[in-house]
Amino acid sequence: MSDVARATGTQLVKRGLAEMLKGGVIMDVVDPAQAKIAEDAGATAVMALERVPSDIRRDGGVARMSDPEMILGIQEVVTIPVMAKARIGHFAEAQVLQALDVDYVDESEVLTPADEAHHIDKWAFDVPFVCGATNLGEALRRISEGACLIRSKGEAGTGNIVEAVRHLRSIIGDIRRITQADQAELFDWAKRLQSPLPLVQEIAETGELPVPMFCAGGIATPADASLVMQLGAQAVFVGSGIFKSDDPAPRARAIVEAVTNFRDAAMVAKVSRGLGDAMPGLEMDSLETRLADRGW
Amino acid sequence: MKVGVLALQGAFARHSEVLSGLGAVPLEVRTPADLEAVDAMVMPGGESTTMSMLLDSSGLHTPLAERLADGLPVLGTCAGMILLAVRVTDGRPDQRSFGAIDVDVRRNGYGRQIDSFEDQFPVTGLDGPFHGVFIRAPVVERVGTAVEVLAQVDGIPVLCREGSVLVSSFHPEMSGDGRIHERFLDLAFGAGTSTGPR
Repeated sequence: MSDVARATGTQLVKRGLAEMLKGGVIMDVVDPAQAKIAEDAGATAVMALERVPSDIRRDGGVARMSDPEMILGIQEVVTIPVMAKARIGHFAEAQVLQALDVDYVDESEVLTPADEAHHIDKWAFDVPFVCGATNLGEALRRISEGACLIRSKGEAGTGNIVEAVRHLRSIIGDIRRITQADQAELFDWAKRLQSPLPLVQEIAETGELPVPMFCAGGIATPADASLVMQLGAQAVFVGSGIFKSDDPAPRARAIVEAVTNFRDAAMVAKVSRGLGDAMPGLEMDSLETRLADRGW
Repeated sequence: MKVGVLALQGAFARHSEVLSGLGAVPLEVRTPADLEAVDAMVMPGGESTTMSMLLDSSGLHTPLAERLADGLPVLGTCAGMILLAVRVTDGRPDQRSFGAIDVDVRRNGYGRQIDSFEDQFPVTGLDGPFHGVFIRAPVVERVGTAVEVLAQVDGIPVLCREGSVLVSSFHPEMSGDGRIHERFLDLAFGAGTSTGPR
């Protein structure tokens, strides 16, 4: 029979859930009612947080992990995975989230960082982690710390897709260039990216990140979702874009349809009709705080 | 060997890779027109609630139900197994399933992600154990008399077959071992038809 004992919390098991979320939409929600709307609209998972990024941006102050009561309330009303955010470097918040049985922890720049030098040692956890990245080096550092899913950061809470596009193009462009590099150049790539050489060598061989890559930050319309999927994202996170729009439920549903049919412009056109106003957007030059700059 | 892979959401790309490696031709299925071109079908893992909704909005639900009733060979893994079951417990009330194999399942029956696991177990007809990855997996709670249980973990069926319908609560596409897919191609197209490396 099997002489290998059953194992939980392995890399394969952690990355496995990210594989299952591909081609889907993970939606930010702040209470059980929103979580239900998200699930009804076809979300593959919800991200429980106290305030959506656009409110965090507006209100300022320190943004922290959500109230466990709220997370438990959301877990009760939906059957899909529930994710929650911990502050960068705040391993105690992550421990609490693991104790709450959340399905994924997002070590997120949307919250106020707790440590100015160190991210969480994610290998120490059985719960899987997703982390943001603005470039390939950042992505590989997070993976070397144990992240099982990378999301391009974009600029959360702006409804402006420009940063998400910049980050995706940067990550995917560098991956493409690395596949063209010879063995000797890989050492220089590792040095320039400030990333472990074995991960760079792995990318040279496979032409992709060792973990799935999703996109977050600034997605407000079905066409935004189609854009980032065509650029190479494997799924999308939508934060303020749904519940800060005129009519969240149909917009949520339309973004789900657009991710499934991202190459079919006629379908994206069809689902984009009559959704009302998208969330109000912000120009990058008008921002006081760049959330994407948080993380090291 | 044109094998459709339901590509509405989830781990469909991995199934396509495994199928290609075995000499089959995987085709992504998102529309009723896509479905017409295939001789067998794989329903991948992912979120069954999302897929169930997209099956309706894509117009695939009715033609797929008809093809399944006509005996379309199908492999369902995890969420795919849920969609092929007769009864689903702990799903959404509006969640639909095709009843293509006489089993009842409990969604997320093993628990949340923290309880997800990998394990090895023997499979009837395979030499050596199979390494299965179980991600928020469904638990098979009832198996009809016509259903053959091909593998169990802790006394619970994890791989079941009825006719040319094969379902697993684990993810055979994730362990780098194509033997379950090979078994499926044999069921669908006759023994020894797959050509890839074992």
